[in-house]
Amino acid sequence: MATETTARQAGAPARPADAPDGLPAGGQAPGELAPGGRAPSPVRVPIRSLRSELRAIKVVWKRELIRFSRDRLRILTSLMQPFLFLFVLGTGISSLAAASTHGVNFKTFIYPGVLCMAVMFTAMFSAASIVWDREFGFLREMMVAPVRRSSIVLGKCFGGATVAGFQGLIVIAISPLVGIPYELTLILELLALALLLAFAITAFGVMFAARISQMQSFMAVMQMAIMPMFFISGALFSVASLPAWLTVLNRLDPLTYAVEPMRRAIFAHMHVGAAARHALDPGITWWGWHVPTAAAAAVIALLGLVMLTVAIVEFSRAE
Amino acid sequence: MTELLAPTPASDTAAPGSASGAAAVVVSGLVKRYDEVEAVRGIDFEVAGGEIFGFLGPNGAGKSTTINMLCTLVRPSAGAARVAGHDVVAERDEVRRNIGLVFQDTTLDGYLSAEQNLRLHAELYGVPRELVGERMRQVMEMVGLWERRDSLVNTFSGGMKRRLEIARGLLHSPRVLFLDEPTVGLDPQTRSSIWRYIRELKAREDITIFLTTHYMDEAEYCDRIAIMDQGRIIVLDTPQALKAKVGKDRVQIETDDDQAAIAALRERFGIEATVADGEVTFGVPEGEQFVPRLFAELDCPIRAVSVSRPSLDDVFMSYTGTTIRDAESSNTDQLRNVARMMSR
Repeated sequence: MATETTARQAGAPARPADAPDGLPAGGQAPGELAPGGRAPSPVRVPIRSLRSELRAIKVVWKRELIRFSRDRLRILTSLMQPFLFLFVLGTGISSLAAASTHGVNFKTFIYPGVLCMAVMFTAMFSAASIVWDREFGFLREMMVAPVRRSSIVLGKCFGGATVAGFQGLIVIAISPLVGIPYELTLILELLALALLLAFAITAFGVMFAARISQMQSFMAVMQMAIMPMFFISGALFSVASLPAWLTVLNRLDPLTYAVEPMRRAIFAHMHVGAAARHALDPGITWWGWHVPTAAAAAVIALLGLVMLTVAIVEFSRAE
Repeated sequence: MTELLAPTPASDTAAPGSASGAAAVVVSGLVKRYDEVEAVRGIDFEVAGGEIFGFLGPNGAGKSTTINMLCTLVRPSAGAARVAGHDVVAERDEVRRNIGLVFQDTTLDGYLSAEQNLRLHAELYGVPRELVGERMRQVMEMVGLWERRDSLVNTFSGGMKRRLEIARGLLHSPRVLFLDEPTVGLDPQTRSSIWRYIRELKAREDITIFLTTHYMDEAEYCDRIAIMDQGRIIVLDTPQALKAKVGKDRVQIETDDDQAAIAALRERFGIEATVADGEVTFGVPEGEQFVPRLFAELDCPIRAVSVSRPSLDDVFMSYTGTTIRDAESSNTDQLRNVARMMSR
């Protein structure tokens, strides 16, 4: 039977670190070499390497995908709320709003916010699965594995981002229903922003999941964070002439930096007139400076990285 | 099944130190403190390679805390431990790569199939890809779950889950397999089949098995056992040696007035009896011969009597002065008191 040699060769990148096994560490002979007539075990786990960390990230990511694909109900329920906002609230308010939208369909106007909402809910549920995993014990299986905790957190965040990105794609697929044309560049831009947001929100959720062990508390905290973010971001209204306090909050809200660039891209592709743009999408300004899309994306990416770092630190500390 | 339940020692040839030689686990002065509670109060022991080593004691004795320290899940407050030649604090990942773990509570993903659970484990532990398939089949066949590999784990019974966890714990060929209460909450048939795997395993692979249990009959399968109570190891030896040290049969009698019976036993026979499990209990060298004398000479009426050969229960009793069940309920009381104090 192919034994030690194959196992070792397969773990080739790890060769140098294998040394401790061969060294007379503490005078203890490695069990596998001991005389005793037993057949050596067919597998020895190779020493930790970048490759093994990548395998760990990939398998945690893959597990998110498998679980998401099994959970059809979740795919449907997390689309429920966005569709309510888009088609029920959107349709209901459109006649009221018609006077001030300069001919732009109100549903088109709130579409970027709704897209963000779908992505955020899915990402949040992905992060929540850590709380379930803890409750059902599976978290322990991952925590005792001989890989860095950062690999597990990264795999989880990538998994959450992928799943939420997929959910975003469903919402993007229905965009013609609100008058937004299918255009490749627009779709790519929306998807890229959605993925970035999904990653940041998953990291945000994982950061909390490290500390909160009860599902109810976790969900309450998430609702507390996400609903204000959604309302303040300007998902449902124009930020053109807000009172000062709301303007300040709006600039502090991370979601603003996803909703506004999405809306800007949609309006650009729909060739919305200057007057309408001025009223509906005045853009984000920092002390008079117009924040371009790249900078807005950077804000989300940066926040995502900060929260990812906090999440990794917290999980690495946990026993 | 009867053969399995018979308290035969697992094997004499693999007595400590004979086969694999090198110690699989070395523990010295290990302590774990949680705020004011000292869960483990300085323990020392060694487990030889290839041994089945059992930790026996009531719930709350510190067994799980010790196992968690050896598995690198809990940091010791003091002392040191080496597992498979690696320090549990300084070389955490090396230890983790060389151990397999089966916890009291399931750690499977119920929404994945049995095979997916094992594949995930293989990936996390970096098992070389070309070996995964064969090894997976090997361990799943051993626990009789190969046919069910595509079923979701949620559809498994408690016993099947535990068997799958054992298979998973073995997937990466660990040198030491830790089993924390591997049979707790399982029916007798499943328990005995799990013990069959454990013994098969020992015959087939170069592996050391470290387990905790609070079932006395299971402790007898071990090569050596350490009895733990209140954070300390009280005694450590082979099951046979421990029983030989007790050397007495256990007699239990049911009476109408336990205190009177205890007083009478002391007065007439010079025997110190205690109340255990609600019965007056004491040890005498020749139990069966003693019973007729008991009826003849004890004044107070006896409702029932039983005589038993020394078991590990008696070993536990002779070292701690209480049965495992009684120790457990008093530990539970202590926990309850702590909880009450904390909630104030």
